Amino acid sequence: MNWGVLLFPGSNCAEDCFHAVDQILGKPVKYLWHKDTELGDVDAIIIPGGFSYGDHLRPGAIAHLSPAMLAVKEFAAAGGLVIGICNGFQILTESRMLPGSLLQNRGLKFLCQDQTLKVDNPDTPFTSEYDAGDVVVFPIAHNEGNYYAAPETIAEMEANGQILFRYCNADGEVSDSTNPNGSIHSIAGIINRTGNVVGMMPHPERSADIVLGLNEGKGVFVSMLKHLEANHG
Amino acid sequence: MLKAIVTVMLKKGIFDPQGRAVQNGLDSIGFDKVKGVRVGKQLEMDLEMEDMGAAEASVHDMCDKMLANPVVESYSFEIKEA
Repeated sequence: MNWGVLLFPGSNCAEDCFHAVDQILGKPVKYLWHKDTELGDVDAIIIPGGFSYGDHLRPGAIAHLSPAMLAVKEFAAAGGLVIGICNGFQILTESRMLPGSLLQNRGLKFLCQDQTLKVDNPDTPFTSEYDAGDVVVFPIAHNEGNYYAAPETIAEMEANGQILFRYCNADGEVSDSTNPNGSIHSIAGIINRTGNVVGMMPHPERSADIVLGLNEGKGVFVSMLKHLEANHG
Repeated sequence: MLKAIVTVMLKKGIFDPQGRAVQNGLDSIGFDKVKGVRVGKQLEMDLEMEDMGAAEASVHDMCDKMLANPVVESYSFEIKEA
C-alpha cells in the first residue's frame, strides 16, 4: 500500500499529508516530484495544498501541465485513487480530471478558519468512514475556493452523488449564510464520475492528528486505506 | 517578430467579485454612473514568428491549453507586427 504525495514548487501542505499517511495510517509514503514522468509503485496519490507556481495566471493553471500530472492522469484513468486538497483540487479542475472550476471567494478575502462540513455521500472510497449527514470540522485556507460549474454540470453531479462535502453550520444546516466562499450549492468537495478522483478545498490532513485539536479528517485517509486494502486482497 | 495581445475575461454571467469591488470603489469617489465593472487580464507576448496565420493558430492553442480556462473564462486576441 504505497502512497505518493506530489510536490510542486510552492506546495506547502505536503508534509501534513505525508504525516497523515506515515504517522496516522502508518503506511509507506514517498514524495513525487512534479518533473517525474513516472510515478513508480504507488496505490494512491495525494496532491497537496499550497501555491504551485505561485498561483500565477490561475491557481493550478501551470501545475496541471507538468510531466507528473500527465502521469497522474494515466494513473487515474487506470482506476488509481487520487485526492487533491485545496490547491490540489484547483490543479485537478484545471486538468479537467474534475468538472468545474474554483473562482475567487465572493467576499474577496483569503479565508483561514475551522469550517463545519456536511457529509453528502458516504458511499465512496474517500468517505466510507462517515455517515450521510455527519457534520465534521476541517480547516479551510484559500482565496479561490468558490466552486463553479455550469448548471447542467451541477445537475448531473447532484444526480450522480458526486458532491461529497458541503459547507454548513454546526447544526448541519446548508444555506447561503453558512457558505463561506460563494460555492455553488455550497460545494466543498466532489468526486469524478468514475469514483476514484476527489477534490476538496477543506484540509482533512490538518484535521487528522488530535494533537492539532481536530481529527475528523482522518476518516478520509482511513476510508481510502480500507478501499485499497479491500481491493488488493 | 509579431506581438500578440491576449485578453482573458470571466465569462458573462459569472460573478466577478473583483469587478464589483472596483465598481463600489468608483461609486464611493463619485463615479456613480458606472453600472458594471469586469476585471480581466491582458497578456502581451512577443512571438518569434513571421507568418500571421501560424501565429494565430499558435495563440489559439496557447489560450486553449493554458492561458484561459474555458470552464469560466473567454479570451480574445490580436496579433500585430512588433
